[in-house]
Amino acid sequence: MKHLRFSLVAVSLAGALCVAGCGKSGGGATIRVGEYASLTGKEATFGTSSHEGTLLAVDEVNAAGGVLGKKLELIYEDNRSTPGESATIAKKLINSDKVVALLGEVASGRSLEAAPIAQANHIPMISPSSTNPKVTETGDYIFRVCFTDPFQGKLLAEFAKDTLHAKKVAIFSDVAAPYSVGLAQYFREPFLADGGTVVSDQKYTGGDKDFKAQLTVIKNANPDAIMVPGYYTDVGLIVAQARQLGITVPMFGGDGWEAPELIQIAGADALKNTYYSTHFSPQSTDPRVQKFVMAYQAKYGGKVPDAMAALGYDSVMVLVDAMKHAGTTDEPALRDAIAMTKDFPGVTGSTTLDAKRDAAKPAVIITVKDGKFQYLETVAP
Amino acid sequence: MTELLQQLINGLSLGAIYALIALGYTMVYGVLRFINFAHSDVFMVGAFAGYFLARPLPTDSVFTGVLVLLGAMAICALLGVVIEKLAYRPLRGRSTLTVLITAIGVSLLLQNLGQRIFGANPRSFPALFPVHQFHAGGIVVSSAQIMVFAVALVLLFLLRHVVLHTRTGTAMRALSFNPVAASLVGVNNDRVISFTFALGSALAAAGGILYASNYPSIDPLMGTLPGMKAFVAAVLGGIGNIAGAAVGGLVLGLVETAVVALGGSTYRDAVAFAVLILILLLRPEGLLGRRIAEKA
Repeated sequence: MKHLRFSLVAVSLAGALCVAGCGKSGGGATIRVGEYASLTGKEATFGTSSHEGTLLAVDEVNAAGGVLGKKLELIYEDNRSTPGESATIAKKLINSDKVVALLGEVASGRSLEAAPIAQANHIPMISPSSTNPKVTETGDYIFRVCFTDPFQGKLLAEFAKDTLHAKKVAIFSDVAAPYSVGLAQYFREPFLADGGTVVSDQKYTGGDKDFKAQLTVIKNANPDAIMVPGYYTDVGLIVAQARQLGITVPMFGGDGWEAPELIQIAGADALKNTYYSTHFSPQSTDPRVQKFVMAYQAKYGGKVPDAMAALGYDSVMVLVDAMKHAGTTDEPALRDAIAMTKDFPGVTGSTTLDAKRDAAKPAVIITVKDGKFQYLETVAP
Repeated sequence: MTELLQQLINGLSLGAIYALIALGYTMVYGVLRFINFAHSDVFMVGAFAGYFLARPLPTDSVFTGVLVLLGAMAICALLGVVIEKLAYRPLRGRSTLTVLITAIGVSLLLQNLGQRIFGANPRSFPALFPVHQFHAGGIVVSSAQIMVFAVALVLLFLLRHVVLHTRTGTAMRALSFNPVAASLVGVNNDRVISFTFALGSALAAAGGILYASNYPSIDPLMGTLPGMKAFVAAVLGGIGNIAGAAVGGLVLGLVETAVVALGGSTYRDAVAFAVLILILLLRPEGLLGRRIAEKA
């Protein structure tokens, strides 16, 4: 009995010491910033790219002396493209690692998991490329540095009508992804308002492998073009199977298509006559873009950065810029400084955060030619 | 009308894949009265074996296709024997629940080992056999789909031949009736059981290669859902019945495609499980199975 009581006292003392020892990291030697990304799994390309862009930015900031006299420390975790993980990671980064800000995520669904946690803890969260409006609607501590889906949907509707000359469109969306459902809706409304018709509205679940049944129904509805607002792993299979079924009409989608794996999965042949909208093209002649592309290639062995990498980079730079303006990493000063970001010169364009904490940015349309992504045109907000 | 025919083809080709995987489940059950839950992950290993075997070889060639198929089948046959020796043999004679849980454990082990070794990211499976689309009056059939039918049919008849017309097959059947009596009449139980697992795993590997040829995105968790649906197909046709696996697979493929074509694509996976519940409620011995009365 004596041993039990002794060990109980010892354990509770140790526990009390631990709790006392954990204070806010404001007085630490580094500024801790948390990042959660899909480094593995179905959307691994998104997470890896945005993480690489983020890392590049952190390295550049630290090489130039850091922020507020301290170096930035990036603490990152992999959510494996799995639902539920982002919430766990956000809690860990905020409570255990005591980060002053959260960076993430690319996929709107996963941003929506972590946003309420950041909001409740009054930790600003900057999403690099989540485009669903609901993300920033979560609360005033949630920001994004990219355009939103109402803009993306509208520009795709105009692209379908003006460039593809499509009056009848079929939509094939992913019911499991809020991004896909949202983008389909934001496309449908302006497209219908402009006189187009949606001849078929099919659904799939992210992770499905066989799409032939729905594609057969779409083929029979005879659309002029097919909109697939999904993520690249599924889109690759969808485009390949559509071409196998003899569907030759143009197929298009949003920034969820952006990944080199798309070409690997679908094959260069199937991707003929396909288009997608995204935030950035490395082929831009803007000197800021070229400087970023060269720095990225130097750090990552010649790899060409994509939109997610560029936005990951911008998310850090906007955060650091806000820290400098606020002069502190305490809340609500940091949050207010981020909210006041105006005409920040990002590599994805001039970034101003509006009252809804969204950015109005230009989009680029990319097509696939000879197995390579090719810039087609820019669309201003 | 063309749409209906095309959907029929879609359903049958999906069903043929389920049938191929179901053959493995049904055969192991038929001989050993044991549902090998690790089958779906041997299927996955087969697909990855094919991926790595195909790396140094040229794509779009029948030679590559056959070589990779046979190679993957051999590798998985070996894997099956190893799994049996290490995980199931020590538990022979124990309650069925024990072995079942072990099978689930092996399944989880293979999945997580796969994630560790291959990484969790989906990989693009190369085109082994030359791919060609055949058009006939508005309907399109892919050569990959025809390949599944052909291989499934060949393996079905081969399996039937082995089980019904060879000595080992007779030994397998003897074992399935009564293992003790079989060993008394000179059947080497250990050898026959190893052979059964080798055969079942080889079938899983064939299923994996053909599945990956049709849906060229492979990852370590790819076996879970097709494996479960193939299991349902085996039960639907009558588990233990080889022809039943084929029938069950085709029926399930058709039903799933029908549900999706009619707009219920979000329910496509639920359909398989609804079918399982229905068949167990209404006709638990399966479509081609026979009710066996247990002696009281």
